[in-house]
Amino acid sequence: MLGSGIIKGLAVTAKNFVGSFHDPERLPTVEYPEKRLTLPEAYRSFPFLVFDGENAIDGLRCVACKMCENECPPQCIYIIPERDEKGRPVKKPKVFDIDLSVCMGCQICVEVCPFDSIKMDQVFEVAATNRFEGLIAHREMLAKSNTYYHQIRPTEAAEVDTRLAEEKRLAEEKAKAAAAAKAAAAAKAAAAPKPVATTAPASATAPAAAPASPAKPAVAAPSPSPSSSSSAAAPMAAAPKPPATTP
Amino acid sequence: MTATLERLPLLVRDWITGFFPEPVRWLVSGLLAIVAILAVFGLYFAYLTLAERKFLGRFQNRPGPNRTGPFGLLQPFADAVKALTKEDIVPQAADKLLHFLAPCLVVAFGLISFAVIPFGRYLIPVDLDAAVLYFFAAGVSSELALFMAGWASHNKYSMISAMRALAQLISYELPLLLAVVPVIMLSGTLSTSKIVVAQGGWTFGIIPHWNVLTPWGFAGFFIFMIAAVAETNRSPFDLPEAESELIAGHLTEYSGFKYALFFMAEYFGMSALCGLGVTLFLGGWQAPIDILQVVPSYVWFMVKLSCVIFCLMWVRATLLRLRIDQLTRLAWKFLVPLGLINLGNAAFWHLSADWSGPLQIVRWAISAAVIVIPFVLIGRTLSSGLAPRTYRYAT
Amino acid sequence: MQNEPTSSAPGLAGTPANSSFDILHSPLGSPQQGASVREVNDPFHGDLLEVSMGPHHPSTHGVFRMVATLDGEIIVKLKPVFGYLHRNHEKLGENTTYLASMPYTDRLDYLAGMTNNWAYALAVEKLSGQVATERAEYVRVIVGEMMRIVNHCCLVGFLFNDLGTSFTPLLYAFREREKFLDLFEELTGTRMMYNYQRFGGCRVDPTPEWLAKAKALIDGFPRFLDEYEQFLTGNEIMLARTQGVGRLSPELAINAGITGPVLRATGVGYDIRKVDGYGVYPRFDFRVPIGDHGDTYDRYMMRILEMRESVKILQQAFRDLPAGPIIDPKAKNRGLRPKAGEAYGRIEGPKGEIGFYLISDGSTNPYRYRVRPPSFINLTVLEDMCLGHSVADAVVILGSIDIVLGEVDR
Repeated sequence: MLGSGIIKGLAVTAKNFVGSFHDPERLPTVEYPEKRLTLPEAYRSFPFLVFDGENAIDGLRCVACKMCENECPPQCIYIIPERDEKGRPVKKPKVFDIDLSVCMGCQICVEVCPFDSIKMDQVFEVAATNRFEGLIAHREMLAKSNTYYHQIRPTEAAEVDTRLAEEKRLAEEKAKAAAAAKAAAAAKAAAAPKPVATTAPASATAPAAAPASPAKPAVAAPSPSPSSSSSAAAPMAAAPKPPATTP
Repeated sequence: MTATLERLPLLVRDWITGFFPEPVRWLVSGLLAIVAILAVFGLYFAYLTLAERKFLGRFQNRPGPNRTGPFGLLQPFADAVKALTKEDIVPQAADKLLHFLAPCLVVAFGLISFAVIPFGRYLIPVDLDAAVLYFFAAGVSSELALFMAGWASHNKYSMISAMRALAQLISYELPLLLAVVPVIMLSGTLSTSKIVVAQGGWTFGIIPHWNVLTPWGFAGFFIFMIAAVAETNRSPFDLPEAESELIAGHLTEYSGFKYALFFMAEYFGMSALCGLGVTLFLGGWQAPIDILQVVPSYVWFMVKLSCVIFCLMWVRATLLRLRIDQLTRLAWKFLVPLGLINLGNAAFWHLSADWSGPLQIVRWAISAAVIVIPFVLIGRTLSSGLAPRTYRYAT
Repeated sequence: MQNEPTSSAPGLAGTPANSSFDILHSPLGSPQQGASVREVNDPFHGDLLEVSMGPHHPSTHGVFRMVATLDGEIIVKLKPVFGYLHRNHEKLGENTTYLASMPYTDRLDYLAGMTNNWAYALAVEKLSGQVATERAEYVRVIVGEMMRIVNHCCLVGFLFNDLGTSFTPLLYAFREREKFLDLFEELTGTRMMYNYQRFGGCRVDPTPEWLAKAKALIDGFPRFLDEYEQFLTGNEIMLARTQGVGRLSPELAINAGITGPVLRATGVGYDIRKVDGYGVYPRFDFRVPIGDHGDTYDRYMMRILEMRESVKILQQAFRDLPAGPIIDPKAKNRGLRPKAGEAYGRIEGPKGEIGFYLISDGSTNPYRYRVRPPSFINLTVLEDMCLGHSVADAVVILGSIDIVLGEVDR
């Protein structure tokens, strides 16, 4: 009969009308500024730079290798490496800018970073009054602590810390071995000013990894240092992924 | 107490007119009625827009506007401020005079229809003898104002919209009138107040004698409401302003307060037509049950009016828009024949008024059959060839 | 009202031409049945009206423009104009590495990013000779079919909006879509721009909790479909507005290269999931619905039925999902330099055949990068479907083709 379909439809809307008053399934609106959804751990917005320790700039894991700058699809990353007094490049970014108005949050920079130094943030309220300068994130703005990283992505950060600690331990062992072998020669150790977080849990695969260390090529070019065992910052910390650190 | 409440608006009016000398009291009294309608229906319009948005939201599983004031109650005023402060744009090529006149006229015609609606037992602005005729004359004019707006805008969408508005007007004025004629025929008067009085009384004190509770009255109400929705250009008959096709139809070139005026007119027109529907079919200000007469009559009128308008919102939330040829086909091939048959049905009802006892049941059966059978048959021809399909699957 | 003669017809500019004005001639096929053929400047009918619908028209689904020539409200000629959203996608693809193109493919058909990712990954895998892992293939089917449901939810919602509802069906569909997007967000990190597929697998492995949530959602989805169908599928106005409107003949559809639900609505049972059997699709038991009339209603119903079939595929995929690595440990994504050659990867996207054609010259960037966008090719028959129908129908027909301007204009 004419009209039966219309009446069925009216019944459906009536059901939804009544349901919206008692059934949360039928009123899914979240009134945003007052109520917020908990973001899933995988949620990503824009990249940020992880630093270890207290000092945001000195503790940056980034070594200005420009890997992300090269791979970034919209090319929104701009890096200038730091140079020391003699003009030699130091493994630290002097300028690290991300144009947030260009960045599309694709996470490619995170995937290509061999030092786990760039990660995706979860801050999505990034309004600015100036669309040019206001949306360019500088090194100081981008640097966020490892603790913060642990807050937003606990599982992933823990994995990263485990991996870094393992790599650091391997590097230390290798450095020791190298130091022992070349004790007579000039003492060699990396002077990269990049201390790695010491809060990482101890690795369970420690003995198994030990023989692997000599097999690895000595990738991070060791630079001469007068006193190899003076401070915690002395052993070179960054040699995780072979292709990244090949000079 | 009840009597005082019932007469309260009159007492207020008399109190105010008392301040004026005798010769101008009739004038003051008339002006007061106008002011009262403007104030009451102005506010009613304001909150109707809010209610519509809220209810539509609920129908669509969202809360609706709730930011301005508690529960969004100040939203209409925010809207008004926004409409007033927006720039008023008149296209270069527009007919400036008509472009300006159209929104004024559409509101004016919407408002003058209110003059003959009995809002309560003693509340009728003008008790005309030919009130129903007057109402339709005023109602038709508002559609002409829409045409004026569409024509004056000098925009192709507005032009199409104007043509649609006229086609719709011509098509739906007839079923609207045909739905009303039985009521006039049976109550023997064109006066809205007398039509309401004729629907007074209750069987056993609980079944009211409203026109809608008879077979011909129900059919008449059905036709009337469909035609009324079409007359007021509301979904599913909102073709002149079909958003997905014509952007905003005749409203395309209007902005700011003129745009708001069109909205106001739409809601005024809807309130007026639904008010007429309540008057003619739903017993006007009569209470549904005998003992509920303690509630003042004007409250009953507004309650009924709001219920009818809520149903229109419900329909709007559900249905999709017809095409213009289907719209006119529905009018000419379905509503007009049904209306004519219903006219005969009402005549039969009138002639069989003295049937009693078992004959009463026969009378109901005949009257119901006279309307249901054509409904089914004409409906079948109207929707012939249209049916949900079954599908096959590729291997 | 000034009535401009249709300028594109030769010999018509301003002159009361008595040329027959072959407005129904279309390069793609025979004129639509029922279209009114008449001469311009017919003294009994008056002039034609040319209306430019779009690029800012509420129902052109983005910045699309239809220049419609109307006889009253009947369309006698319709010229689609597009390119307002052109952003050099293919050239960008030639100037970025293989991996860096992946996030750009999300932005082609932004309502179905996952399938774009998949098609692109397939093309590069063919080019570079990599193979996705078993688990990744299953996960691809899972996210791909979920994407199909999301896309079709959008489509039916917007179709009803074009038909003139006050957003209600759209919001119901979006209510469900939201649940899928939440899941995608949990898996990939974003709601629309997933960047999820990789050459040789997928980027992240879905956790068991995620899979359980997704399975629960899929199991409950047919209930929503039932309610949705009860809502409007049998509605008389819906039937009157869509049945017999915008018919497309199977011959024209095949000649024009139409794919996807628009093709299947005409009765051609062509589905790349069956034809190519890419991925692990041959292992699933599902059917391909086909229509008999090729009208708007059939196209709508194709989507509804496909969603039901997707639910079946998904349930089988959840059941059979094998363990193992999500991405081949030896998979090469960054710095990929495929051997010189060419490859075409295509899948059955929600809108039709989405394909990527790549030529490698052995460098890190593709030498040629070409997209076969389903909605662009499906759009080519718009005029043939619209002729003889009214403006209101043109909007609905456009809606039923299911275009996304990001893909049409690229």
